[in-house]
Amino acid sequence: MTINKPAKCGTLESNDIFVMLTPSENGISIELESVVEKQFGNHIKMVIEEKLKDMGITSVLVKAQDKGALDYTIKARIEGAVKRGC
Amino acid sequence: MKLRRTMLFMPGNNPGMLQTADTFGADSVIFDLEDAVALTEKDAARILVTEAMRTMNYGETEVVIRINPLSSPFAMTDIDKMARLKPDAILLPKATPEDMEILKKELERIEKEEGFESGTIKVHALVETAYGVETVYETIKSSNRIQAVLLGGEDLAADLAVKRTKDSEELFYARTKVVNACKALKVDAIDTPFTDTNDYEGLAGDSRKAKMLGFSGKLAINPRQIDTIHEVYSPTKQEINNALRVMAAKEEAEKEGLGVFSLDGKMVDLPIINRAIQTLEIAEMIGLLD
Amino acid sequence: MKNILEREIPEFIEGYGNVKQYKGYLSNKDGVIKKDFKFKTISAQDSKLHTDLNKLMDKLPLKDGMVVSFHHHLRNGDFVLNMVMEEIEKRGYKNITIAASSIFPCHKGLVKMIEDKVVTQIYAAYISGPVAEAISQGKLERPAIMHTHGGRARIFESGERTIDVAFMAAPTSDEYGNINGVDGKSACGALGYAHTDAELANIVVAITDNLVEYPNTTIEINQTLVDYVLVVDAIGNPKGIVSGTTQITKNPIGLKVADLTAKFIEESGYLKNGMSFQTGAGGISLAVAAQLKNIMKRKEICGSFASGGITGYIVDMYKEGLFKALFDVQCFDLDAIKSAKENPAHITMSASMYANANNKGAVVNKLDVVILGATEIDTNFNVNVTTGSNGVIMGGSGGHSDTAAGSKLCIIVSQLVNSRISVVKDKVTTLTTPGETVDILVTERGIAINPLRKDLLEKFKDSKLPLKTIEELREIARNMTGQENEIEFEDEIVAVVEYRDGTVVDTIKKVK
Repeated sequence: MTINKPAKCGTLESNDIFVMLTPSENGISIELESVVEKQFGNHIKMVIEEKLKDMGITSVLVKAQDKGALDYTIKARIEGAVKRGC
Repeated sequence: MKLRRTMLFMPGNNPGMLQTADTFGADSVIFDLEDAVALTEKDAARILVTEAMRTMNYGETEVVIRINPLSSPFAMTDIDKMARLKPDAILLPKATPEDMEILKKELERIEKEEGFESGTIKVHALVETAYGVETVYETIKSSNRIQAVLLGGEDLAADLAVKRTKDSEELFYARTKVVNACKALKVDAIDTPFTDTNDYEGLAGDSRKAKMLGFSGKLAINPRQIDTIHEVYSPTKQEINNALRVMAAKEEAEKEGLGVFSLDGKMVDLPIINRAIQTLEIAEMIGLLD
Repeated sequence: MKNILEREIPEFIEGYGNVKQYKGYLSNKDGVIKKDFKFKTISAQDSKLHTDLNKLMDKLPLKDGMVVSFHHHLRNGDFVLNMVMEEIEKRGYKNITIAASSIFPCHKGLVKMIEDKVVTQIYAAYISGPVAEAISQGKLERPAIMHTHGGRARIFESGERTIDVAFMAAPTSDEYGNINGVDGKSACGALGYAHTDAELANIVVAITDNLVEYPNTTIEINQTLVDYVLVVDAIGNPKGIVSGTTQITKNPIGLKVADLTAKFIEESGYLKNGMSFQTGAGGISLAVAAQLKNIMKRKEICGSFASGGITGYIVDMYKEGLFKALFDVQCFDLDAIKSAKENPAHITMSASMYANANNKGAVVNKLDVVILGATEIDTNFNVNVTTGSNGVIMGGSGGHSDTAAGSKLCIIVSQLVNSRISVVKDKVTTLTTPGETVDILVTERGIAINPLRKDLLEKFKDSKLPLKTIEELREIARNMTGQENEIEFEDEIVAVVEYRDGTVVDTIKKVK
């Protein structure tokens, strides 16, 4: 699958994550702003990357604003955005 | 028997609520893909509920998913995706016998595809139109999957073109008709929500009225309503004691070979015994029996 | 070396001195001599009244390295601290120690003074905003000393430190220094913390924006303690003064926690006639007070007193006949201020009377039930209210450790998981209140009783409430959030957490 157009999913509410995907040619690149940056920053990026790879995405720019979303929410919002962007 | 004193609506697109759904003490939670989710977010809500159900453990709480009405462009995808998650039940809004036929077929197809035993996925019917009320008996009869009928008073009042009031007189016919059909076909009757979340006395009064008519539980739109509704739909200490006395007297009578017996000067016949049995069943499920 | 709370505390800290190690919350039972006080003799002709800050400051024996004090009753609407410090900075003084009972975001002007070494040490019970961040970043030359509300009284009453000049905001004063906090445009209610400044500073300057004719007929702090009275246009912003007001939480999860807490108190045996009660001003704590009000009314229970930090919600409970009296060290809103002014049973108490461990009996010792918050609590029930989950200072004990130590039942209320942060940790980032004084944790996923409270474990063994061990709650949280990375710190100590008896329970390091 490839992202053909920019797509977003999620909200800025607590416990949620707002993700914006933009098509790109330079592999998977993730810009993360998180309220739990120190505690979970790396882990969140990993979850995003894994979900993208699971869905067959090899190249996309992800801008994410995280308000403390658990893993299942992160996966759901990435999936939502990918499907909207295809 | 499943306890459904309260059924709490939770917005399906709200992670904060989905991950704490079981902490409010409601007997059932309804993850809502319909009214609580904006038209542009139906797809996101579906995916979020899917991931939540795959990850979270809701314990003893019954998990129900309200799909969009069959008249909407979202329903078929809702059914297709959500049924496969094996929720405790799918809640069909604006339920009618015709819509049930369509839903039945879809659920059968999905169960076959997924290798689930036929009839695994249950249905709750939300009756909220005049036609839905008139045909409620047929709706329930159409499928063994139906375990409960919920009354949607807000939409119904709009369909009847009447004002929705706190004392709910305008719903009297609908309430009694739904209860009757449910009792005839032995499914649960669940009453419409009370929309003033600050009025606990009004909530208690409305719940008592509905209980008196035969409803066994009530929809809740805010976790704060749960305790009040539970108090109404749980047997009181006195009711439990009476029930215990009835059962004790029954045992005595049986020992002495008596078919009928009396308690406190009144004859105790089968309906009273059955009511006592049910009271004690509920009391036990709630943990009120020591 | 590790102290008995398993925190790494050195024997000596640069900029602080020798460390008194914590030995248990009841360990310091020796009497302490109260500090000597030097009064002065003034003649009937001397005037205390000034209208020019400049001229007044010329008179004061200011010097490098002095200790100046302020109280925080004007909260985030305070003008006095900034006004005075700007003047001290202008005059070129350096190495000042500030003893402010609390520091708020409105005091952000201090950050530059800290960077310029005008201010090199701070004593406070609570620090939030840019000053807190600056301290966490290591900008303050000497480690900040974060004491409790009772601890502030103890430090200065014992003479451990001496205040050279106290600059005391006074909402209403007459020309001779009779002061109250309930009248005037900048009214703030009880002046509990100011008593320390008034009674113990070498020089006491009252700063008022409401000068009344002599004599002021409502007096909380009297003229015998005041050296000078300075009149200014405004001592604070009224909107900011009542910024301590919180509302009852509307969050359904917070309400669930409050609900469980009220039910726990009901079953605990402490809910009975004559009970005494205190809550913090957090959203969940206030919801507990509201629930408790309903239960007390239903059961026709009349308590003895409610204390605090008084809010309108507690005043309502008094008005409904649920308490005989209110003990008040500070007012959080206008309703509380009004009650303090009009109601004789609304009794103002000094910080010392409220919470000092070193006097003949503080009000906290008479407390039955206290409801408190936490940013973190660990599996030993140690509580952190000083640093946030990112390791930066955002608060402080205030009365937390004091009430936990004095009360019969200390309950911490909190959501278990919020925004991926678990309140229960394996070890707290900063230890403010020792676990041996904390009895219960209530969360939406269950209630944990401290194993030290065998009496409560016994009482609740057949309870239908959702009781769990604190380890179980930790696991539930961990399963939801995943295992978090630990916050990393440098080695440099930027603040010392002093327990109410002056021992050090923990240190705060510089954030990376």
